[in-house]
Amino acid sequence: MTRVLDVCDLRVSFPTADGSRLHPVDGVSFSLDRGETLALVGESGCGKSLTSLALLRLVPPPGRVDPGSGIRLGDTDVLALEGEALRRIRGRRIGMIFQDPMTSLNPVFTVGAQIAEGVRAHFPVSKSEARERALRLLQEVGIPDPSARLDAYPHQLSGGMRQRVMIAIALSAEPDILVADEPTTALDVTVQAQILEVLDQLRRSRGMAVLLITHDLGIVAGRADRVAVMYAGQIVEEAATPDLFARPSHPYTQGLFASVPRITGPVRRLTPIRGTVPPPVAWPAGCRFRPRCPQAFEQCELPPGLRPVGSGHSMRCWLAEESS
Amino acid sequence: MTAAAEALRQLFGTPRGRAGASFLAFLVLLALVGPLLLPDPFRQFDLIELANAPPSADHPFGTDQLSRDVLSRVVSGARVSLAVAAIAVALSVTLGAGVGLVAGYWGGAVDATLMRLVDGALAVPRLFLLLLVLAVPERVPLLALILLIGTTGWFATSRLVRAEVLRLREETFVHAAEALGASRRRIIFRHLLVNAAGPLLVAATLGVGDVILLEAGLSFLGLGVQPPTPSWGGMILDARPVLETAPWVGIFPGIAITLTVLATNLVGDALSDALDPRGA
Amino acid sequence: MRRWLLRRAVQALLTLAVAVVLLFLITHVLPGDPLSREGAGHPLTAAQIEALRARYGLDRPLHEQLGAFLGGLAHGDLGTSIEYGRPVTGLLLERLPATILLGGTVLLLNFTLGIWLGVRQAVRKGTAEDRWLTTLSLAGYATPSFWLGLVLAWLVGIKWHLLPPAGMRDPVLEGGVLATSADVLRHLVLPAVTLSVVSIAATMRYQRSAMLETLRLPYVMTARAKGLSETRVTWRHAWRNAVFPVLTLFGLWLPILVSGSVFVEAVFAWPGLGSLAASAVGNRDYPLLMGASVLVAAVVVAASLVSDVAYAFLDPRVRLS
Repeated sequence: MTRVLDVCDLRVSFPTADGSRLHPVDGVSFSLDRGETLALVGESGCGKSLTSLALLRLVPPPGRVDPGSGIRLGDTDVLALEGEALRRIRGRRIGMIFQDPMTSLNPVFTVGAQIAEGVRAHFPVSKSEARERALRLLQEVGIPDPSARLDAYPHQLSGGMRQRVMIAIALSAEPDILVADEPTTALDVTVQAQILEVLDQLRRSRGMAVLLITHDLGIVAGRADRVAVMYAGQIVEEAATPDLFARPSHPYTQGLFASVPRITGPVRRLTPIRGTVPPPVAWPAGCRFRPRCPQAFEQCELPPGLRPVGSGHSMRCWLAEESS
Repeated sequence: MTAAAEALRQLFGTPRGRAGASFLAFLVLLALVGPLLLPDPFRQFDLIELANAPPSADHPFGTDQLSRDVLSRVVSGARVSLAVAAIAVALSVTLGAGVGLVAGYWGGAVDATLMRLVDGALAVPRLFLLLLVLAVPERVPLLALILLIGTTGWFATSRLVRAEVLRLREETFVHAAEALGASRRRIIFRHLLVNAAGPLLVAATLGVGDVILLEAGLSFLGLGVQPPTPSWGGMILDARPVLETAPWVGIFPGIAITLTVLATNLVGDALSDALDPRGA
Repeated sequence: MRRWLLRRAVQALLTLAVAVVLLFLITHVLPGDPLSREGAGHPLTAAQIEALRARYGLDRPLHEQLGAFLGGLAHGDLGTSIEYGRPVTGLLLERLPATILLGGTVLLLNFTLGIWLGVRQAVRKGTAEDRWLTTLSLAGYATPSFWLGLVLAWLVGIKWHLLPPAGMRDPVLEGGVLATSADVLRHLVLPAVTLSVVSIAATMRYQRSAMLETLRLPYVMTARAKGLSETRVTWRHAWRNAVFPVLTLFGLWLPILVSGSVFVEAVFAWPGLGSLAASAVGNRDYPLLMGASVLVAAVVVAASLVSDVAYAFLDPRVRLS
């Protein structure tokens, strides 16, 4: 398997009013191989969106990616790039899809123009050739009657179609990696499955790697090869999807599963995770999940590292030591 | 009213807000106390020796054609300008709030008529309205001038208040409170005061600057504050013939106007940012 | 869309009508007798005053006078100037070109420089440059236009002899079109700069805040993620949307320009509508002032209409609904 993306100890920090820095992304590491889908799962505020923005160096100022972080695309060190070189990898090596297609598309340009722009930003083709490619992309993402839709404005399309356009834009420069940040959150349930299906098909037909960011465990099953669960800026559990669903090991992951209703099996009470997600300013020292963890013990006052709990399955919890 | 207190706190938090507020405070103090410490602005010191004299230790801003001390005249002018502006703006804001409230609350034909009137009045620049009004009568006493300036400045404020009333009318919490038996009128009025107080304060502050410029301009054209009452605009008008030989006579009043209006704008800006930091 | 255009146009006409009636009422309901100006220098006999009153139609009831005025207006008749003794309309038209030249230049300066600076401020928000530009533009707005004009005329025109301090043309200059145009341009500089300094703040601030709002929107992030250059993202994506509020500013900004031009034209003896209005004030020539005010109101209403229509055409969300 060719490795296309390597993220090592990624830290993103923001300055605070009193001069110190907060780290909403605090030591995240993962990798992507060609053709696989990795799901990055977590609640809002865990740092998953910032992680994805960091890959393209799009972290909004005054935030920044801290030195010591590593982001590698094959041989390219993303953090060492500047100016023109950086611009060249955006869209061309990694394509991004954002959450809300209504506000993520420019309202004053036609859909076709926005896709073609993505093409021409990276390939020296004529306007008509770019338009041709835009048309083919619209077809590829499954938009009916694409030639008519080329000259449509975003507000004239439905939510699902707009998201397909976003995907087309993300693909316009033929990237190897697709990052989808909550691609279905703003869509109706019926449309969600369609979009996920489109993403899956594109992954297979183009051999891309997909980083799927979501808070919804439901869309992960059957769509992702591996899952990484994030909490308070860190990855707390990582496993192949079937493994994670069969044996969720980290108390947070277990809590997530326990709070999701299931159609199969006996009717049971939902057990929510007590407490709320703390903001970066209020992260406890030691294990960040400790205040909410039903299995916390003394050792948890020290920060745990990622430890293996099975083949290709690791978690950030002192219970890992206990079980081994 | 804690929003107002918070706004004031933020006003003094920015260097520009502080600068503007400090200058205005200084100016008001000067206007109140200055005439006690400075020579009589009408006093002609020495028509032969001291007319059009450049700035010196005795006369920091120099003297004018009638050998009057320019500094005292500028400070006297401050009194007039600030008083005119304060009263006129108070009138404008009250009128504007009143009309806006009536239009927004009553709605229907009343609203439509009032807003048509406002649109029409806004089409004519305020200066032209005042030129017309002031050009016809023989002589306009100061109080009448202030009232006229005040009655030409409420149009935009009425739109602001009306918009706020309309917005509040549709808020679900109003319906909810009504369902619980509260009087619709009281709810809207109370929330209106709280919500509109900020923008009204900003409008008033900026309005003061606008009126100072307007009054100075009118005085420059001979229509505003009439001599012998000193006014900044009038001083600039009088300084025209001696601009080349005694520039200080005209320059200092102009600087005074600029600094004062700049200060009010800085304060208004800081207040506005404090109320809605998104645009900062 | 067509229906909206029609409604908007009717609305504009209605607003203008209200403005005109308002202006009429102001002049005819106030205390003070404009006729006492006539014949300053030698007192008028009662009979002469009566005759003048009849001539100007001031002895008829108010609504008749209004009707006569509106009727005349429909024919382009704005009355007769007391000072010049000629039709007001003719006088206004004579002076209009000079004001259009000055106003047009200031408009161009404001909406190019002002927009560019506003965008620059937004992109560099919070920097020293941003803060200084705000303070400077506010200082410009705070400066009385007549005073700035006098100072510039004196310094640049008289003391340093760099540019002509007054007028639109050099009376003794002879030459072809090129020489005359250059001459007018030289005379145009000081008044245009004066007027621009005091009015550019409005454009800058509007553009800055509109741009700040737009830069926050997700589609700007999408554009960056596509790998577009920062310049392209700023101007083609963000500014294309942030320009709309500035367009609507045009209708609001014009009254500032018109008022400023009264003072600037007076100070620089620029032979336009502004200086005409200023001298009409001195002469208490209220028909001329009325006529000028009506014209100004019409221009402001038209400008507002134009900017609304432009907005509608440029924003596809409105155009295609």
